[in-house]
Amino acid sequence: MPNDQTHEFKGVGVMPFAARYDNFIGGEWVAPKSGKYFTNTTPITGAAIGEIARSNADDIEAALDAAHKAKDAWGRTSTTERSNALLRIADRMEQNLQLLATAETWDNGKPIRETMAADLPLAVDHFRYFAGVLRAQEGGISEIDNDTIAYHFHEPLGVVGQIIPWNFPLLMACWKLAPALAAGNCVVLKPAEQTPATIMIFAELIADILPPGVLNVVNGFGLEAGKPLASNPRIAKIAFTGETTTGRLIMQYASENLIPVTLELGGKSPNIFHEDVCREDDDFFDKAIEGFVMFALNQGEVCTCPSRALIHEKIYDQFMEKALKRVEAIVQGDPRHEATMIGAQASSEQKEKILSYFDIGRKEGAEILTGGETADHGGELSGGYYIKPTVFKGHNKMRVFQEEIFGPVVSVTTFKDQDEALSIANDTLYGLGAGLWSRDANTCYRFGRAIQAGRVWTNCYHAYPAHAAFGGYKQSGIGRENHRMMLDHYQQTKNMLVSYSPKKLGFF
Amino acid sequence: MSTVTATPEALQLIDEIVADHGPVLFHQSGGCCDGSSPMCYPQGDFRIGDRDVKLGEIGGAPFYISATQYEAWKHTDLIIDVVAGRGGMFSLDNGREKRFLTRSQICEI
Repeated sequence: MPNDQTHEFKGVGVMPFAARYDNFIGGEWVAPKSGKYFTNTTPITGAAIGEIARSNADDIEAALDAAHKAKDAWGRTSTTERSNALLRIADRMEQNLQLLATAETWDNGKPIRETMAADLPLAVDHFRYFAGVLRAQEGGISEIDNDTIAYHFHEPLGVVGQIIPWNFPLLMACWKLAPALAAGNCVVLKPAEQTPATIMIFAELIADILPPGVLNVVNGFGLEAGKPLASNPRIAKIAFTGETTTGRLIMQYASENLIPVTLELGGKSPNIFHEDVCREDDDFFDKAIEGFVMFALNQGEVCTCPSRALIHEKIYDQFMEKALKRVEAIVQGDPRHEATMIGAQASSEQKEKILSYFDIGRKEGAEILTGGETADHGGELSGGYYIKPTVFKGHNKMRVFQEEIFGPVVSVTTFKDQDEALSIANDTLYGLGAGLWSRDANTCYRFGRAIQAGRVWTNCYHAYPAHAAFGGYKQSGIGRENHRMMLDHYQQTKNMLVSYSPKKLGFF
Repeated sequence: MSTVTATPEALQLIDEIVADHGPVLFHQSGGCCDGSSPMCYPQGDFRIGDRDVKLGEIGGAPFYISATQYEAWKHTDLIIDVVAGRGGMFSLDNGREKRFLTRSQICEI
């Protein structure tokens, strides 16, 4: 019997999921048409934690049917109604924060400390932010001449597709859902098959807030369910977070349907520590050291992981002595324990990929300053996917400096002056994030403007507040999430050009 | 110069996929999430760009990488292997409970 359990929070140590999840289509739980399910596992132990619908193109079509049926009425709701719906979603999430945080920890392997303090509060705030900016959004009235007025209206696109990554399963879904729903669209959302379950608890919790068909969640494998969604002529836009080859393929499908895309494809973010960081042994120096260690946040499975640290050669020894001690003080273990600072990688294959980069780094001659191997925490955790926080030292042409590892791994190099720092920082295919640390405002400003990245954290790192635009330069993608401007990515502009003159032009 | 080879396990998986889907090609991915995965598609599905670099063939399947990524990776030979796993996005190894993984060796540029 699918989805028959009420989600009473029973503590982080109790597996929070129902035994089986069907798809959420048209406001109802709908079994996959093929009758197939796949087994979801938790990366904490590698154990099975329930069954998930293994959907295919038929289920995507059913979800699109439901979304298209709902789109006209939802698109006509007032901004007040939609804003209120988003606020109610935020409230409902907040009331169930521990449950959702626990679910995310079980589904993804990230520590409960982070899901409670970051993933969930950020997701809640995201709905409130878009509820707010929607109310404040203005159309336009332009006086072309005395008798001619151009009105500009925001209209929804209709039905949009969204493909969600596995690193922040619920938060990334909320980053995409909040602007899409605010703008008046109906959504067909395909979660990652590595982390398919938390979003189903979310759907169940908020099911009564949205009209049937406005939100549809279809689980399954990328090839079987994601591709029929991304290539479908019945979506008006596709949003994707992932890697470059699939990003190209999604653009290719979008080109066949002539629809817009937003893409977030990752990075290899430089974290630059200028000479004056160590000028005093004070709070700022301490904060900068924490900024370095941010590579371990979320097990390094962050598109903006500060995975290249560029440190001025004159402060390298002093800086790294403190930094390595801080890395070695990271508490790794059971993500369900409050003291745990780094949990499990999201999947076995992700662990394998990280290990393959340890191998490449060693072969390239990079020095391992700490870590560089798996961690076994014993007992049931031995079946989980744990990697020790790892620091490489090398140079920027190495593969471990050039490609996103998506693990708790930072590659460190030095620079001798600001020109060299900038040259190294920008010598990458990507341009999503960057970190910049200096006590000098002019250094910060010049560097911040010269770095080719969409987000330059300046004397901070890994903050993701709503109302700070997030998106990539270069091969890191298209579009800006986390900001009012994402509303535009989910809206059409309707121009009504109105003549109030009764007089003909005189041409005919 | 970078080349590409495949382990016996990878060649076996390619054979299984070709038996189900017909001729395939590979495109090396980069970036986040499933980045660094060798993506496997039916020939004619993924559009190979004019500037993509063909590294070679494995199991009769051409293997490509983007020109910019080639520049960053060209000091390494790629060895396509198979590990347990589910992901792979729209890649044809997706859902088989095993997937391709790119391993690497250093080579002469």
